[in-house]
Amino acid sequence: MASTNTTGYRRGLVDLGKGQISREIFVNDEIYQEELERIFARAWLLVGHESQIPNPGDFFVSSMGEESVILCRDRAHKVHVFLNSCRHRGMKVCRYDEGNAAVLTCPYHGWSYSTDGRLVGVPYFREAYHGSLDRSRWGLAEVAQLCLYKGTVWASWDPAAPPFLEYLGDFLPYIDLTLDAWDGSDGGTEILSGIQKWRVPCNWKFPAENFSGDSYHNISHRSVDLAGIGPSGSGRRDMPELLMARKLHIAFPEHGHQTTSYLLPKEVALPPAYQHSSVVSEYFRECEEARRNKRGDWGRMIALVGEVFPNTAFLARQPRTLAAWHPRGAHETEVWRWFLVDRNAPAEVKDFLRQYYIRYSGPGGMTEQDDMENWNYAHAASRGTIARRYPYNYEQGTGTEIENYEWESFRVPGVVCDLTRAKSSEHNLRNLYRRWAEFMEADRWEELTSGRRLGRAEAAE
Amino acid sequence: MDGNERISRLLLKQEVDEFLYYEADLLDARRYDDWLALLADDVRYWMPMRRNVKVDDLEREFTREGRDISWFDEGKQTLTRRVRQIQTGIHWAEEPVSRISHVISNIRLLEANPSWAEPAEVAVGCRFLVYRNRVETETDILVGKREDLLRRVEGELKITRRRILLDQNVLLSKNLTFFF
Ligand code: FES
Ligand SMILES: [Fe+2]
Repeated sequence: MASTNTTGYRRGLVDLGKGQISREIFVNDEIYQEELERIFARAWLLVGHESQIPNPGDFFVSSMGEESVILCRDRAHKVHVFLNSCRHRGMKVCRYDEGNAAVLTCPYHGWSYSTDGRLVGVPYFREAYHGSLDRSRWGLAEVAQLCLYKGTVWASWDPAAPPFLEYLGDFLPYIDLTLDAWDGSDGGTEILSGIQKWRVPCNWKFPAENFSGDSYHNISHRSVDLAGIGPSGSGRRDMPELLMARKLHIAFPEHGHQTTSYLLPKEVALPPAYQHSSVVSEYFRECEEARRNKRGDWGRMIALVGEVFPNTAFLARQPRTLAAWHPRGAHETEVWRWFLVDRNAPAEVKDFLRQYYIRYSGPGGMTEQDDMENWNYAHAASRGTIARRYPYNYEQGTGTEIENYEWESFRVPGVVCDLTRAKSSEHNLRNLYRRWAEFMEADRWEELTSGRRLGRAEAAE
Repeated sequence: MDGNERISRLLLKQEVDEFLYYEADLLDARRYDDWLALLADDVRYWMPMRRNVKVDDLEREFTREGRDISWFDEGKQTLTRRVRQIQTGIHWAEEPVSRISHVISNIRLLEANPSWAEPAEVAVGCRFLVYRNRVETETDILVGKREDLLRRVEGELKITRRRILLDQNVLLSKNLTFFF
C-alpha cells in the first residue's frame, strides 16, 4: 500500500510504517523554528476573504505564520498582501484590524506607502536623503504569489511554490463544498462580519490534525451531545441523512490535504432536518434538491471537516467555517475563524445559522471548548524529558486505505478509508504528517512536486 | 431631584448592589439553577468582539448585536443549555471544576423607568473582573464593563439584558466556559 510506509524527517521522528510520531515535532523549539522556514515561508496560507475588502483602500490586517500581513485593495481594485513591517526600521505599519486608507503611514518616522505597496512619502526626502534615496526599492514587502478563489484569499512567500490550484490538486472539489452555496451554486457564500481570534496553549498541529479528521474523539464532545444544541433540539447537529451515507476519510498523499466526508446513496428521500423552523428546514430541503440536480454525483458528497496543508481548516456543513491555526511559538496557537453563510439565503436562515455557529464554535462554542482543553493539556503533558521518549500512536486503520474507491458508481478522488463500519481511522492524520515530514526534509519545491513521495522512493529501494 | 426621590434612588442603589453581589455569589458557588432563576425569560445576553479601529471609526469597534459574530449572543434557552453542559460532569473544559471569582465594582444606576420611586426597569453600569484559576496554574483574568437592564417582576429584580464589553482584542483565554 503506497501510502503507509513513510519514514520521514530526521531518522524516524515521523515513522508512518510503524504508525508512530515523536512528541518532539510538537514540543521542540528548534523544530518549530525550522517549521517557520520550511513550511510557513513556503506553503500556501489562507489570508482572508475578498468581501472583507470590497472597496479601494480597504484593508484587513491578517497573519501568515507568526507574522502580521496587510490584505488590501488598491485604487485599481487589485488585491495585495504585504508584510506589515516598515522597510525603514520595522515598525508595524498598520495596527488597526481593518479600515480604509488612501495611504498607509508608518507612525515611527512617517514613511508612507500607497495601497499598492509603493513608498510614496518620505519625510525630509530632499533635505536628509539629499534626494538620493531610491524609493522604488523600498516599498512594502509583498507576497510572492496570491490567489483569489471563490472569495477566499490565499498567499505564499515562495515564488517557486506551484500555483494555488495546482497546490490543491484534486482536493479542489472538496474545498468547493465549503465555498459554494448549499444549493451548489459556485462560490455562493459570504462571510459574516466578525472574525474570532483567540489563543490556545498548544502546538498548532493539534488543531490541524483534529480538523484533518480526528474521527475518534467522540468522548471529548459527549457533554455537548447530552446538552443538545442541535437545531432540532438534540445532539450537536442535525444530520439524520448521514446515517445512510458512507463515512469516508479522503486523503491526497501528494499534497497533504485531507477531509472527512460523507457520500450519500444515489436514490434516497432525505429525512427532514432543521425542524425548529419551517423557513430554515424548507430552505435546506430545496437547496439539497437543487444541489443534487446541479452537481450529480458530487451533489451526494457532504464534507464534514477538512484541512488544507498546513494550517487552514474548513467545516463544510453547519457551522460552516474557515479557520487558520497561526503558530505563536511551539507552545501556543492563535486561532482565527471566519464564518460563512449562503449569500442568497433568506435573512431568517442567516440569522438562525449565525446563532447556531456562536453556540457551536470558538471559545464560547459548546463543542470546541472541550477540544481546546484536550489540546492544551495533551501538549503540556508531552513536554517533559521523559514524556518525549514516548512516541504518539497513529496506527489506527493502517493498511485499510483504498486507492480506487468507488461506491454506487461514483469514483471518489483521493486515497480513501471507509469508516462506515470501522467508525474511525488515523489515515488522514498520517497523511498530514507525511506531508509535514516531506516539507521539513525537502530543500527545494521540485522535491515536493516531483510525485516521488518519500514513501514511494523508499519502498522502491 | 427632590428629597423623596433622592431617598428612593438611594434605596434602589442599595437593592441593585445587593442583587449584583448576590448574583456573583451564585455563579462563584456554582449554584447555576438559582442563577438562571435571576434571568428574565426574554433575557438577551451579548458579548461582542472588539476591533482595533481608528478613533474616527469607533462605531465599528464592536461587533453588532443580532447581526454579527460575537463571543456570545444568547437567550435564556441557550444559557440554560450551557448550564446543563457544565452539570453533566463530563464537560472537560470545566472538569475538574475551575475556581472562579466575580469581582463587581463601579456600580452606577444609569436610568430608571418610569421613575426612581416606582422603577419597573433600571439600567445599571458596572465593571467586572472575572478571575479563573483551574487545574494547577492555569489562570485567566478578564476585565471589562457591563451594562445590565434589570426589570422588577412580582417584586423581584430580574436581568433582562446584559451587555458584556471585554477589554481584549484577541481573546487571551482558550475558552469561555463561564458566565459574566
Ligand atoms: S520605522 Fe517606519 S518610518 Fe521609520
Ligand atoms: Fe472536536
